[in-house]
Amino acid sequence: MGIQNDFVINIATVNGSGSQSANLVLLKSLFKMGIPVGGKNVFPSNIAGLPTWFWIRANEKGYTGRREKADIVIAMNPQTLAEDLHLLRDGGIFIYNSDIPMVQNIPAGLQVIAVPFKKLVDQATDIVKIKKLLINIIYVGVVSELLGLDESSLLEALKDQLGSKQKVFDENLKALNVGREYAKNNLDVLNFSVKAQKMNANKNKIMIDGNTAAAIGSVMGGCTFGAWYPITPSSSLMEGFIKYSHKYRQDENNKNRFAIIQAEDELASICMVLGAGWAGARAMTATSGPGLSLMQEAAGFAYYSEIPGVIWDVQRVGPSTGMPTRTMQGDLFTAMFASHGDTKHPCLIPGNPNECYEFGQLSFDLAERLQQLVIVLSDLDIGMNLWLQDEFTYPQKAFDRGKVLTAEQLDQVANYERYGDPDGDGIPYRVLPGNHHPKAGYTIRGSGHNAKAQYTESSKEYKWVVDRLNKKWETARTLVPEALALGSGNQKIGILIYGSTEAVIQESMDLLAQKGISVDSLRIRALPFTKKIENFISQHERVYVIDQNRDGQMFQLLRMDYSQFCSKFNSIKHYDGTPITADFIVHEVSQLEKDQAEKERQGA
Amino acid sequence: MTTPGQTPDRPDSNKIGFTKPDYAGSKSTLCVGCGHDQITNHIITACYQSDVNPYELLKMSGIGCSSKTPAYFMSKSFGFNSLHGRMAPVSTGAHVVLPNYFMLGVSGDGDTASIGLSGFCHLVRRNLPMVYLVANNGVYGLTKGQFSATADAGAQLKSGEKNPFESIDLCSLAIDLGCTFVARSFSGDAKQLVPLIKSALRHRGTAFIDVISPCVTFNNHDGSTKSFNYLKEHDVVLQELGFIGAQESIEVDYQEGAKEVVELHDGSKLTLKKIAQNEHNPKDRKSAMDLLYNHRKTGEIVTGLFYIEENKESFTESLNLCDASLAQLNESELRLPQDKFRELMSEFR
Repeated sequence: MGIQNDFVINIATVNGSGSQSANLVLLKSLFKMGIPVGGKNVFPSNIAGLPTWFWIRANEKGYTGRREKADIVIAMNPQTLAEDLHLLRDGGIFIYNSDIPMVQNIPAGLQVIAVPFKKLVDQATDIVKIKKLLINIIYVGVVSELLGLDESSLLEALKDQLGSKQKVFDENLKALNVGREYAKNNLDVLNFSVKAQKMNANKNKIMIDGNTAAAIGSVMGGCTFGAWYPITPSSSLMEGFIKYSHKYRQDENNKNRFAIIQAEDELASICMVLGAGWAGARAMTATSGPGLSLMQEAAGFAYYSEIPGVIWDVQRVGPSTGMPTRTMQGDLFTAMFASHGDTKHPCLIPGNPNECYEFGQLSFDLAERLQQLVIVLSDLDIGMNLWLQDEFTYPQKAFDRGKVLTAEQLDQVANYERYGDPDGDGIPYRVLPGNHHPKAGYTIRGSGHNAKAQYTESSKEYKWVVDRLNKKWETARTLVPEALALGSGNQKIGILIYGSTEAVIQESMDLLAQKGISVDSLRIRALPFTKKIENFISQHERVYVIDQNRDGQMFQLLRMDYSQFCSKFNSIKHYDGTPITADFIVHEVSQLEKDQAEKERQGA
Repeated sequence: MTTPGQTPDRPDSNKIGFTKPDYAGSKSTLCVGCGHDQITNHIITACYQSDVNPYELLKMSGIGCSSKTPAYFMSKSFGFNSLHGRMAPVSTGAHVVLPNYFMLGVSGDGDTASIGLSGFCHLVRRNLPMVYLVANNGVYGLTKGQFSATADAGAQLKSGEKNPFESIDLCSLAIDLGCTFVARSFSGDAKQLVPLIKSALRHRGTAFIDVISPCVTFNNHDGSTKSFNYLKEHDVVLQELGFIGAQESIEVDYQEGAKEVVELHDGSKLTLKKIAQNEHNPKDRKSAMDLLYNHRKTGEIVTGLFYIEENKESFTESLNLCDASLAQLNESELRLPQDKFRELMSEFR
């Protein structure tokens, strides 16, 4: 009995060979067939010539996160042939380029299919310089035939991906058909054990990466100012913002309703954001770990002088330069406590591209409401991989520009203080440069200041302001997005997750339930923590905190805030640079549960 | 619109109805006799005399003695006392949102030539429209007198310690990077600095003025090349400068025939009358570089307008901004309409 609509394909190539387009044709064909599907690109920090892998997961139940092992490997890279064999599950299918000498000692039980790609590409074209590119479309042709892909979906995907020039499309179509014909005539297509069958799960769905989603969110969220320094994996976020701003943000005279500056470094990009935010614009920057490190001093300035702004941190593997093209949730501490002294920033943690879109808007409302930097902690897995998502919803609410006084409103205020607390929520009223009221002008500074924004070295005045900032932090707790729960809520075991782990949590819970371990889960979506998180912890006997970093940063933050529950927390950490899998979570939780049972037995 | 505080009827008010006290700031806390306080006074005079509306000026600074000065002038204006070395990028962000406002920044030699050198270079490259003043005293005053990067090679600290390194000449650097208004002056020279500031405020692009401003506490001794005495002995004044506002009729005395008139962006004019023994042409970049190089060799401090270029596109112009401020746009101006949004979503199917 074969497998239908539940498989993982891993395609091993070298980067810079043009395989990305071919892989997307395969992915999009499955999407267009209505099958839930996800794609993950594991690529090197390099322009051309190093190994790269593309994972495609198709699953009728909608599990589209990564898995540890593949059902099919397409091995096109001689450098990694031997290790690619080990990417397969037992009994998996290894399709390889027979032009490369095959390795010895193939594990037992694997099905090996040799395809003479060089010979096939010679049939597809005489043009030498495009052979390297077309070889990729040939493997798509071979696999599409083996899987039984729907022809019209396949052609539609090819058109989407490579159809902008007729000549290019025709060349690719020819190559695709060469691959398909080869499979039909030479391979046992009928009895191929993995098949794709049309279904109807993708109505109102889109396939999108988080950086593009964040760019669209920033446009819809009214961001008018961007400053950035290119850094992997965040560059495509700002490039998306540039693209959509130019397309949708010009007025009737073709003048720009935005300004985007490529700065000289991250010190400058965050400082430009501060200047623009102070002057009243919705301003943002996008970066990754090393850039966030450089922004620390200015982040403290923003906190103390109360300037709104947004930083997107698309996290990659650290420490230091780390592995720039691999994923991690490693910047929680750096973001939340960015800068010296007593500094802390609200952070939003999207779990998928849809939330990148939502938080692209919400981050500005919160930043202006709280007059603070809001740091959005995305990661490479969300930011750069294609996720199957519900179509985004059009915003219904107006922008929340927070507490800003106009000149007319200032007239009504007897004793205006830029850093006062008239409402008792820790949030003062702003006046923007350009306000011509005599009470408006003030000098903003990072040095000690009192409620009237005057320089001070008075202990009493200093303390009053920083205590008010702490009150504002408590207010932030009530404004940030609420955590989201899965499960009945009645289980003894609770799992706390955040960020891109969202992709595998439902699958993990289902697999655990099959093993007799029923759990509830809660996904944290912001810092500081909300009351709901505290309640979830108090209502569960054991709480597993899942981090994608070595030090269990979320686990540590929870222990700081909820020291009364310390004995309940267990830390599960995934930090090899790949996206976490349900296989891993199930393994870890099962093991810890076994240990727990053992402990209880001994105790009893 | 008349802004509160404007009193056009008073005899001592300027053309836009402000009196000189309207340009005052809070009391200076710098050392008595500090060159920086002289600069503060010249800024006040320049803005008052050339009818700059204090409500339409943004005061920028970094960190250091120099960067404290914006608190000491024009209290009606909004000010941004930023981080050490970061006046340039902060100004860039603020200017883009309020491009029609005057922007005047006061930085120091440490703030600009060391920790903020990169930001300075890139601001100049972009031709950001602002007046960028450096109050240059060759030492770190707030940390008690260490050499800065503009201290001349061989200059001595109070302790007798000699500076072994080449100095960074911010004017040469600015010219090399394409700065469109480059001048040097001396904090004690009101006659020169006031018209320079007035002209700089009306310039299209970055106007950089390096103002030698002696530190009376840490760098005013024998052996210093930035002391009041050294300046008096080595200052070579290039030109006699004048400023004529856009609204004023041009009734300057041309009798000597040696006066050059540079028309500024808003129609106001800068007049230059040569007084030094040289043939410097302030519209010639190479001539400006030669001038600075030659004087540097002799140990003289040449002051005046070195270079001006009014035709280069400013940073703001290159951004092709809409008329309304980026701070004031609303939902319908910024969000995609429903139909475009649906169209965009269909690209991801």
